[in-house]
Amino acid sequence: MQINVTINDKLVTWDVKKDEFLVDTLRSHGLLSVKKACDTSCCGLCTVWLEDKPVLSCSILSLRIHGKKITTIEGVPKEAEEFARVLTAEGAEQCGFCSPGFIMNVLAMKNELLNPSEEEIIHYLTGNLCRCTGYMGQLRAVKTYLGVL
Amino acid sequence: MFTLLDLVQPDNLAEAYQILSDKRNNTILGGCTFLKMGSKRIGTAIDLSNLKLSYIKEQAGFIEIGAMTSLREIETHKRLMECFNGVLPKSVHNIIGVQFRNSVTVGASVYSKYGFSDLITTMLALNTEVELYKSGRMPLIDFLNKPKEKDILVRLWIKVDNRKAAYLNLRNSASDFSVLNVAVSKLEDQWTVVVGARPRRAAIATSASAALSKGELSIEEIEDAAKRAAEELSFGTNMRGTANYRRALCQVLVKRGIMEVLQCK
Amino acid sequence: MKKIGMKSVGQSIRKIDGMAIATGKPVYTEDIAMNNALVVKILRSPHAFAKINSIDLSRAEKVEGVECILTYKDVPAERFTLAGQSYPEPSPYDRLILDKIVRYVGDEVAIIAAVDERTALLAMKKIKVDYEVWEPVLDFEKALGNSTVVHPEEDLSCNFDIGLHKEKNIASSFKEVVGDVEEEFRRCYEVVEDVYYPQAQAHAMMETYRAYTYLDHTGRLVVVSSTQIPFHVRRQLARALQIPSSKVRVIKPRIGGGFGGKQTSAVEGFAAIVTLKTGKPAIIIYDRKETFSCTTSRHAMRLKVKLGADQDGIIRAIDMQVLSDTGAYGEHAATVLGCVGHYTLPLYNKARAVRITGNAVYTNKMPAGAFRGYGATQGTFALESTVNKLAERLKMDPTEVRLKNISKEGETFLTGQGVLLGSSSLDRCIEKGKELIGWKEKFPRREIGQNKVRAVGMAITMQGSGIANIGTASVEIRLNDDGNFTLLSGATDMGHGCDTILTQMAAEILEIPMDNIIFVAGDTDTSPYDPGSYASSTTYVAGTATVKAAKDLKNKILEQGAKLLGVSLHEAELNGLAVRTINGDQEISLVKLAELTILGAGKLQLTSYATHGSEVSPPPYVAGFAEVEVDQETGKVELIDYVAVVDCGTVINPNLARMQAEGGIAQGIGMALYEEVHYNDLGKMETNSFMQYKIPCRKDVGKVHIAFEESFEPTGPFGAKSIGEVVANTPSPAIAHAVYNAVGVRVKHLPITPEKVFLGMQKL
Ligand SMILES: Cc1cc2nc3c(=O)[nH]c(=O)nc-3n(C[C@H](O)[C@H](O)[C@H](O)COP(=O)(O)OP(=O)(O)OC[C@H]3O[C@@H](n4cnc5c(N)ncnc54)[C@H](O)[C@@H]3O)c2cc1C
Ligand code: FES
Ligand code: FES
Repeated sequence: MQINVTINDKLVTWDVKKDEFLVDTLRSHGLLSVKKACDTSCCGLCTVWLEDKPVLSCSILSLRIHGKKITTIEGVPKEAEEFARVLTAEGAEQCGFCSPGFIMNVLAMKNELLNPSEEEIIHYLTGNLCRCTGYMGQLRAVKTYLGVL
Repeated sequence: MFTLLDLVQPDNLAEAYQILSDKRNNTILGGCTFLKMGSKRIGTAIDLSNLKLSYIKEQAGFIEIGAMTSLREIETHKRLMECFNGVLPKSVHNIIGVQFRNSVTVGASVYSKYGFSDLITTMLALNTEVELYKSGRMPLIDFLNKPKEKDILVRLWIKVDNRKAAYLNLRNSASDFSVLNVAVSKLEDQWTVVVGARPRRAAIATSASAALSKGELSIEEIEDAAKRAAEELSFGTNMRGTANYRRALCQVLVKRGIMEVLQCK
Repeated sequence: MKKIGMKSVGQSIRKIDGMAIATGKPVYTEDIAMNNALVVKILRSPHAFAKINSIDLSRAEKVEGVECILTYKDVPAERFTLAGQSYPEPSPYDRLILDKIVRYVGDEVAIIAAVDERTALLAMKKIKVDYEVWEPVLDFEKALGNSTVVHPEEDLSCNFDIGLHKEKNIASSFKEVVGDVEEEFRRCYEVVEDVYYPQAQAHAMMETYRAYTYLDHTGRLVVVSSTQIPFHVRRQLARALQIPSSKVRVIKPRIGGGFGGKQTSAVEGFAAIVTLKTGKPAIIIYDRKETFSCTTSRHAMRLKVKLGADQDGIIRAIDMQVLSDTGAYGEHAATVLGCVGHYTLPLYNKARAVRITGNAVYTNKMPAGAFRGYGATQGTFALESTVNKLAERLKMDPTEVRLKNISKEGETFLTGQGVLLGSSSLDRCIEKGKELIGWKEKFPRREIGQNKVRAVGMAITMQGSGIANIGTASVEIRLNDDGNFTLLSGATDMGHGCDTILTQMAAEILEIPMDNIIFVAGDTDTSPYDPGSYASSTTYVAGTATVKAAKDLKNKILEQGAKLLGVSLHEAELNGLAVRTINGDQEISLVKLAELTILGAGKLQLTSYATHGSEVSPPPYVAGFAEVEVDQETGKVELIDYVAVVDCGTVINPNLARMQAEGGIAQGIGMALYEEVHYNDLGKMETNSFMQYKIPCRKDVGKVHIAFEESFEPTGPFGAKSIGEVVANTPSPAIAHAVYNAVGVRVKHLPITPEKVFLGMQKL
């Protein structure tokens, strides 16, 4: 079936299977930043924005985004790079596999929360698992990036 | 593997219900997080997105929550943070993460009657009604006790009253299912004690609730009520805890819940 | 003037691949796989132990789009091991690609390759297997001598005598005794003992196991794999598939985490055999469930520890009895077992007698394998918990007991064959950690009201740096025609940053900016040999090789520069991308030097090689301190603070070292508090998803503080030792200790769940 979607600000028409999930659709169209690391909606690696809200692309049927707007990290290169510079300066990307989903959620948080406290930051980012870094470096990077103490 | 043959987005509930009843394996979609883990072959998937059921509003003394409202909306809704000492937002706070809660729906969470549910436990301590397309409007407790039958959960009605409430849980780790969760509320002198994730579905501890509703409460009476709750309800064992541990926890959490409610403004 | 390129070492330099991986560039195995690859799926055994009587493929093969279905009849009959170890591997050759006997729930029965995933899964459903179901042995404490023999086959073998007795289900046994242990215990003033059960922790790396394979233009098999061990994979595949290893090329792209899991080749063989049979590209990607339940984990163990000390608190005798569950196959069984004592006993060298005995047993469960910490993690939990118990009996501060007993620089230890300890700042690590956690004020406990108590606990640990006399690494560096350098290494960066570290070291020696070095690794066709990234060896072993090669090349450049400048060698120095005379009146840039040397007239490519293997494996150390808050009514433990002070020798890159430490501590915290492994009665793993197996999320780790107390390791590059593994070991014993100090409950079965603490309190 066909869907019309705005992907990273571009209107596209894609053919999707009825039971295809968004993560697979995005990857099959070359948006390879979107990673998948579980089958139970638990890891957050597949995070993209649906109408500017962070969601799990592994759990959204592609047919249901017809007429909607999707953003992946490829769609926000400037902001992503800006934060990635802070993240890498902190050494807080290790294998990097979790980074794209994490960055999408950090940017979403920046848009949604004004001057979040450390507790609010941790709460907002809890759905992004990372097995490498132990989270502390990521937290330092986010705080530096947001300019909060 | 998750499979479905067709997906429809009906324009009205009657049509949605018609399709749902057409075939045994026709299914309503929430956020798909639970559905996608199953291996059931879905015939026609029914997406309620076009029915404007994603909303929270206050009207005529009720808070109305549409079935397609996300848990994240519950978590961040201003009015819900004020009502009942903010127990509804609190109760969904620990469920996986923001992205997850942006995706999953209230309708699925209540309709599925999950034993582990934090939301049902909390709603049961409030004056909550469920509106189903076919069976109509009924108290949440009646819905929970009713045998499962194909229907559409359309919206929830929560009576806005002067109830004080508390929600507590114990989790082995922060984003895990609750080992046990508890909600306690008090409206005038009427107490309601609810215990969920036993691991069976949430239930009201009626005897404990009645005991509390007798009036002035000494610490002994509070402890006695907590003990009653632990005695009157049944508990089971699963990977996250044994029945005995849950029973002990029940007593502790119910006691703390009562104390918290007594301190509520 | 600041010299260009100086001081790469010791700086927090951003990883050379950092920006690409952080921003989601397509650099991982699946991202670069070709679209037309056949999708490979595995049909798995539903039984813990069974013999396959027959397999009916007739209906499955008819499914349109199915390319091939392979069963045990289609694979070579030569047994092998999947352990990523240098040849000859000390692990039993107990595997076939597919076997007639299946030994755990999830063991492979058939390989299905089809045009897409749906087709492969549809075909899988149509395969009919008739099993003769056998009685499994699931409890590892009952495996030894059980009537069920997990490996009844005759053709199982091993390169070494690792104490294998397959008829008794013993994959390996081990014994080391020095001195008269019983006699020393008799003389001791205080003797304590206990039994510990660390669980079969899952690696849970975010990128699951995956590989894709194809035949190149010369018909060779190319395997692109998310692996820590490209060279071992090449050798294993050659044996398993019975093809010459010259016909195999293994490429490692960026990896989404390994932690030792990818030191065992879980998936490569399945895709490779499909490509060989069909001539077509094939891809295999394990889902999370397969990753949890059909690969490897940490070895679950039972450890009995007995310690004796004199009146002054000096530990005089140590006895350890280990039972290790290796599951259905014996990958790393012997070496992990050996490391339990190897990486714990040398901590305390005042002992007069030491005994360690152990068995690794086969059971009908998922195999265990390599996992960060490699036996030291389990050993540390047991030994350190017992030392804490001893301190309490002696009424001594546990940090004091450590300071009295630990090995110091220049000393030897009983089982150490006379090797001197080259470097240690463990004493300083302990002092620093006490200060950072606030030990004086907080030890042992404080009531904080509302039924909550806070308490602190501690533990120390060591590991190795590389494998002495076995691990080697080769590095090649050359000056290119344009005056830049290429550094070729076989080290496998899995996110820990060794590509960056090695480049830093080469830049330091060659006195050039890192940008002038092209780093090439991860391809068995072009990389010099390296066993891979494991055993905490990259910085220490490959680092030393890099330093050697860079020094050699520097000399060659100087010689050539001096010649071209017409001066003697001792008048020339390398500085600012040029060879100059020391008095500064002449210089030749590297660009010019390269032009005159490599191009045209010179006919000389300046290249250097070095291979390094170390005769010692110097231990890095960590002193770990935990502060917990325990709810006395529910048993819930909250981790407030974790302090780890690390001695990894010289810190080459502080940011990357800190990240290793923070990540390792978090993994240790998961093992200590949350990561529960469950099997049902039929031997099926129930904790096979992130929904059921809870790795720590952001809210679960409290606050982790890392500090470094540098020592200088004389045998290491720039004085460096390792850091990758040692950081995983202290959380379990330190947190268990803190919980004990809080509420008087010793939890000896990991993880420390609220219910276990609660039950413990009930029994007090
Ligand atoms: C990993 C994980 C962890 C979780 N942890 C918790 C937790 O700690 N606490 C907690 O309370 N919950 C938890 N949940 C449950 C979660 O909050 C959701 O309730 C659940 O995932 C279903 O949400 P969904 O919208 O995706 O439903 P779906 O998967 O889409 O649907 C679930 C079921 O509800 C039916 N359905 C959906 N909408 C309707 C409707 N309007 N009328 C009738 N039937 C309907 C569907 O047909 C289906 O049978 C967890 C879920 C997961 C996957
Ligand atoms: S892939 Fe894990 S949450 Fe989407
Ligand atoms: S950096 Fe590897 S999972 Fe986060």
